[in-house]
Amino acid sequence: MDPLAAIRETFFQECEEQLAELEAGLLAMEEGDTDPETINAVFRAVHSIKGGAGAFSLEALIRFAHVFETAMDEMRSGRLAPSPDVLKTLLRAADVLADLVRAAHDGDPSDDARSAALVDELKALSPDAEDGEGGEEDWGDFEFTPVGAPDAAAPAGSGWRIAFKPRADLYAKANEAALVLRELGRLGEITVTLDAGALPLLPDLDPEAAYLAWTIDLAADVAETAVREVFEYVDGDCELDIRPLAAAGEPDSSEATPEAFAAAPTFDVAALIASVQSTAGGAASPDLPAQSPSADPSPTTPARKTEQAPAAAAAAGATIRVDLERVDRLIDLVGELVINQAMLSQRVMEAGFARASNVAMGLDELEQLTREIQDSVMAIRAQPVKSVFQRMPRLVREVAAMTGKPVRLITEGEGTEVDKTVIERLADPLTHMIRNAIDHGLESPEARAAAGKSAEGTVRLTAAHRSGRIVIEVADDGGGINRARVKAIAVERGLIAAEATLSDEEVDSLIFMPGFSTASEVSDISGRGVGMDVVRRSIQSLGGRISIASRPGLGSTFTMSLPLTLAVLDGMVVSVAGQTLVAPITAIVETLQPKPGDVHGLGGDARVIAIRDTYTPLIDVGLALGYRAESLPAGQGVALLIEGEGGARAAILVDAIQGQRQVVIKSLEANYGQVPGVAAATILGDGRVALILDIDTIVAVSRGADSTRAEKRKAAAG
Amino acid sequence: MTPTQTVPGGARELISFRVNAQEFCVDIMAVREIRGWTAATAVPQSPAFVRGVINLRGAVLPIVDLAARLGFESAEASDRHVIIVAQIGAQTVGLLVDAVSDILTVTDDVIQPTPDVASDTARTFVRGLLAIEGRMISLISLDRVLPSLELEAA
Repeated sequence: MDPLAAIRETFFQECEEQLAELEAGLLAMEEGDTDPETINAVFRAVHSIKGGAGAFSLEALIRFAHVFETAMDEMRSGRLAPSPDVLKTLLRAADVLADLVRAAHDGDPSDDARSAALVDELKALSPDAEDGEGGEEDWGDFEFTPVGAPDAAAPAGSGWRIAFKPRADLYAKANEAALVLRELGRLGEITVTLDAGALPLLPDLDPEAAYLAWTIDLAADVAETAVREVFEYVDGDCELDIRPLAAAGEPDSSEATPEAFAAAPTFDVAALIASVQSTAGGAASPDLPAQSPSADPSPTTPARKTEQAPAAAAAAGATIRVDLERVDRLIDLVGELVINQAMLSQRVMEAGFARASNVAMGLDELEQLTREIQDSVMAIRAQPVKSVFQRMPRLVREVAAMTGKPVRLITEGEGTEVDKTVIERLADPLTHMIRNAIDHGLESPEARAAAGKSAEGTVRLTAAHRSGRIVIEVADDGGGINRARVKAIAVERGLIAAEATLSDEEVDSLIFMPGFSTASEVSDISGRGVGMDVVRRSIQSLGGRISIASRPGLGSTFTMSLPLTLAVLDGMVVSVAGQTLVAPITAIVETLQPKPGDVHGLGGDARVIAIRDTYTPLIDVGLALGYRAESLPAGQGVALLIEGEGGARAAILVDAIQGQRQVVIKSLEANYGQVPGVAAATILGDGRVALILDIDTIVAVSRGADSTRAEKRKAAAG
Repeated sequence: MTPTQTVPGGARELISFRVNAQEFCVDIMAVREIRGWTAATAVPQSPAFVRGVINLRGAVLPIVDLAARLGFESAEASDRHVIIVAQIGAQTVGLLVDAVSDILTVTDDVIQPTPDVASDTARTFVRGLLAIEGRMISLISLDRVLPSLELEAA
């Protein structure tokens, strides 16, 4: 990647963070947070995006961000009240901004009509604001509460008096005073007075010396930093004095004026900054000097600022960006270390050392240490679920608008951490479930009113760690599952027999069946051909489980339980025809030892097993994987009852169970290729490779094999 | 595709080994390491010449029985057998051979083109022949050793 592209990529990464902060801030304000720092954080986020976009000439993004920024500036200056309607507009503007960022990232055309509409709305919010570059670099203006704060920055409508006297060095460095003045003119209306008093008569004139000075009255409500920025390149090569217009006339009004200030009408800018910073206790914020030179340099203003600065710094935290590949390599290495340690332990035990021997005890310590290292390394990949949770408020807003149901989203446990890959693959199922919760779960406002509930529905999204797994719940306070209707639909679609008696839980679980959708008319939101069966499959592919609990009239709760990482897996170690294999425990419902009478042949090679009077297909793993030609005689081996895709049950037959173990997942594809029926490989304590079964494929293949055989027979007959 | 060691004088280094009493060689730059035989875990639905997979310091390494791959009768693997760990493209593969015999430094002009023979194996794998001290050594190309690679090439 060339350097510019890399910087661009970093910019977009940071944009994502800024957008998240922007939305979080707006949501907090919607909840009633009036902390100026929140408003400021939102302003900063928009401003940073605009600034970065400027560097990459992303015009559409800059234009929109600018209007947005202007509106935020109005709000933080107190001219725009953060009413719910205003915040709704701002939230939608944040959505548009996010879209524009993404469009810019992917190089897609942006939705100009939508952003234009919001530009108008935003402009309507801040009709008085100057649509110039006025708010541009307005970093230093921390004036949120004009009431009762007379000591703060210059009042609106005032300007700055700038005394500018270039030294010879300025010209020597090929700078030009006229350009500086022209630049100042861009900030607002300027009145320039030339002081040519120092100009000698022609014979005495040194062509390389500087004799001219200017006094500029700038009538524009801009921050001092904006003014100072104009002088950025000539700083140090001129005498410069910038003070508010109102204060300029009475420079000594305050006795507490810092010495540097009072010392002379002209002074060195750097000295001023240094002096002001020392007044403020050496605070790190570069914004500080901006407001202090206003007529009242009383220390209270900077002090308020210094309190805020550490808080912001703490929120940012000390983090580094690390290439994901490096982390993965480290995780791989630690995986090898764990395997090596297990092998070493096994060898030591085989060598006949006593458990209490020094060697064995040393090994125990090593084991603890490796485990700790493994946990810590896994924690590097772990990320808070916040990154996926924070996409949901926007979704809720959109779905709520489409369905016309007012919805409140409550999220809890955003800080719960889980592996990055899990997070990435969680977004789709979660999106779908939230959509479902609003579209199907919540009743219409009228129905809610009739049921005595508040018109606004609530969707609760929570995450928590529970016994080594992450549990994510999506709960709504809607009407709950209409079991009679669910059952009727299931019967109608032929999913269950009409006379089947099902428990409430079993009825609820019917919604996970493929091809099930309860909305009588296909709606725009949920009816996209994906049902809860897809959600369930994606959760299962992550090694997770999903269940539903529903109470009529009170709502439904979907609970997902997921492994914290995809690098290790809880497995059941089994033997099949002399081979050691690992079956993922998440798929296994129960294990049983079939009696000879339980196993029945069912045409051809197919066999079924009777489990509590239900016949379930029995698949011999040894046969399915080709380890042996004949299946185990009935009554031998152990059957693992598993629940595959779509809730279909099957039993797989293995020779024996060796035990349960957490295994490190190793790719078989990297050096070899995909093997049907095998998901991946792992390395056991004895250092040998064991294959991890892909149970869904084994079940599907054994079914498919039967049907192909039948087709072949048909073809042969025809 | 196999990287070539440039030895002064345009020569390159080859590693030679025995499979079923015949001698073969591969470019030494493709060889990562040589190790003793360890029992492999069988992989279902694999071609007959894939012995299975072994653990190579945490990576899963497929073992190709070169005798079977080259059309000989596959030998019963024992401790005397050797695994040549070779890099083929992005993949690392173990080649089961009877023994490693020599390291040869040869120039390209010593390598004779493969004579036209009917054998598919010869045409698929043998890239040339070397006559060294009266022995005939076949230079083989590793590109088509693994079935998946073969599929990709097709």
